Amino acid sequence: MRNRILPMLIMGAGTLYFLVPIWWLLVGASKTRGQFSSTEPLWFADFALFDNLGELFAYREGVFLRWLANSLAYTGGAALLGTLLAAMCGYALAKYRFPGREAIFNVVLSGVLVPATALALPLFLIFSSFEATNTFWSVFLPSLVNPFGVYLARIYATASVPDELLEAARLDGSGEIRTFFQVSSKLMFPALVTIFLFHFVAVWNNFLLPLIMLGEERLFPVTLGLYSWNTQVNQAPELRMLVLVGALVSIVPLVIAFLLLQRFWRNGLGAGAVK
Amino acid sequence: MRKPVKALLFFILPFGLLFTAFYLVPIGYAIKQSLYKVERTGTFGPAREVFGGLEQYQRVLENGPFWESIGRVLLFGVVQVPIMLGLALVLALLLDSGLVKGRRFFRLAFFVPYAVPGVVAAIMWGFLYSPNLSPFTTVTSNVDLLSADLVLWAMANVVTWVYVGYNMLIIYSALLAVPTEVYEAARIDGAGQFRTAWSIKIPLVMPAIVLTTVFSIIGTLQLLAEPQVFRTFSSAVSSTYTPNLTVYSTSSIPNFNLAAAFSVVLALATCALSFAFLKMTQRRGGEQ
Repeated sequence: MRNRILPMLIMGAGTLYFLVPIWWLLVGASKTRGQFSSTEPLWFADFALFDNLGELFAYREGVFLRWLANSLAYTGGAALLGTLLAAMCGYALAKYRFPGREAIFNVVLSGVLVPATALALPLFLIFSSFEATNTFWSVFLPSLVNPFGVYLARIYATASVPDELLEAARLDGSGEIRTFFQVSSKLMFPALVTIFLFHFVAVWNNFLLPLIMLGEERLFPVTLGLYSWNTQVNQAPELRMLVLVGALVSIVPLVIAFLLLQRFWRNGLGAGAVK
Repeated sequence: MRKPVKALLFFILPFGLLFTAFYLVPIGYAIKQSLYKVERTGTFGPAREVFGGLEQYQRVLENGPFWESIGRVLLFGVVQVPIMLGLALVLALLLDSGLVKGRRFFRLAFFVPYAVPGVVAAIMWGFLYSPNLSPFTTVTSNVDLLSADLVLWAMANVVTWVYVGYNMLIIYSALLAVPTEVYEAARIDGAGQFRTAWSIKIPLVMPAIVLTTVFSIIGTLQLLAEPQVFRTFSSAVSSTYTPNLTVYSTSSIPNFNLAAAFSVVLALATCALSFAFLKMTQRRGGEQ
C-alpha cells in the first residue's frame, strides 16, 4: 500500500539515527589501534575485540573492572533499597488517611523539581564537615532518595491495591506491615519494576555527585572513570582505544537490564503519565 | 478504626528521614551558605565566615557570564525540546497507527540510546564529530561541528539522540491506554489516520506530553555532563558555558558562598519555569 511507504521510511531513518552510533562504537571497539583511524569506520577490519577487552581489564591493575563493580554496587544497591523505601512511602500516602498527608506528598513532589547541583554542592559541604567525602557512602546514601518513585508508587498503589482487599486482610487479623509485604507489594510488582528501572538508570547515569564527592580513583563509578580517561586522551593517546571499548562495556549492563525487564517497562512506563 | 500509627511510621519514616537528610537539609544549608561571605583581616589574615545578607545575590545579579549561560540554555531548550518531543510524538503516533510493521523492533531500537549514560553518549558523539575519526567525513571535513557557533547544537543532538526514545515510550504508553472504541467511532465518522492523530490522539495524550516537557525543561537547565565532556573536544566550551558548569567551577575556586547563591537562583528559576509551564497548560486545558 502506498500510504505505508512514508511511515516505514521515517521509521527506517529513525533506526539509522539511533543505531548507527552504537554500531560504530561496536565496530570501532573491535579493531586494532592502527586500524581504528585508517579503515572504514562503519565496517569491521581485523577482529581484535577480545584483545581490546583484555587490555582494558588489565590496564592499571584492572581499575576499569573496579569501576564497573563500583557502578553495580552504587546503582544496584541504591535502586533496590530506594525502590523499597519509595514504594512503602508512596503506598502509605495512597492507602491511609492521616493529617499532613497532602503536605508530605507536595513536599516530596517538589523535590522532583530541585536541580541536582543545588543538592550536590551543599551535600559535599555537609559530608566534608563529617569528613565523609571521598567514601562509598557519600555517593550511595544520597542516591537512595527517589522522590519521583514515591509519586509513581502512590499512583500505582491507588490503581492496583483495592481497599476491600486491605479490609479483608485486616479482618483476617493480618497486621498492616505484613499485608504490605505479602499482598500489596505483589499487586504493585510490575510498577515496582518500573520504578526500579528508572532509579537504576538515574543512578547509573549520575555524574555530578561522584564528580564532586570522589577524589580517589578506586571509588569512581564507570561514568566518572571513563570521563577522567577521556580528559587525559591528549596527553596519553593510547587511552582513546580504552575509552571506546570501555564505553561499549558500560552500556551492556543497562541494555541487558532493559531486555530482561522488557515486558514490565513496555506497559508500565506510561502509567505515571496517564493519570 | 484505630489509626495504625506504628505501621505508618514504619512506611514513611525511612524515606522521610533520608529525604530530610539528603534533600531538605542540603537545600536549607545552601540557602544559609548563600547568605554568608568570607572575610579576611588584611591580605594574609585568617578567613572567617560572616553574615553577608544578600551580598552574594547582588554578585549573582551582576555576574554577566552566569546570565549568558542562562540565556544559552534557554535558547537550547526553546529549540531542542520541541524538536525532541516532536520527533518522539511523531514516532509514537506512527508506532500506534498500525501503518508500521515490526513495532517491537522499532520500539526497542529507538529506546537503546537511553541505556547510554549521558557522559558516555557525549564521549561517543565527541569522537563522531571529530574530523579524523568520524564516519561522516563528508560532513565533518566541511563543517566544524565543534566550533563556537555550532557546538551548542552538536550537544543538542547528543541530548536528542539519548532522550527521543524515552519520551516516545512515555507518549506511546499513553496512546496504548486509550480505549480502541474511541478510534472506532472516529473511523466510522470517516476520519483518516492523520485527522484521528491530530484531533483525537494528541489531545488525549496531552498529560504525557506535558509531563515529558516539564522533565525536559528541568533537564535542559541542568545541562552539565555533555558540556563538561565537550570541553575536552572543543575549546569553545568555557567553564561557565551552562549554569551548572558555572556553579561547579565557582565551587572549585573555591567560593562556596557564591556557588550556593548560584544554585539557589538556578533552583528557583527551574521551579518557576516548570510551574509556569504547568499553569499555562492547565489553564488552556480548562478553557476547552
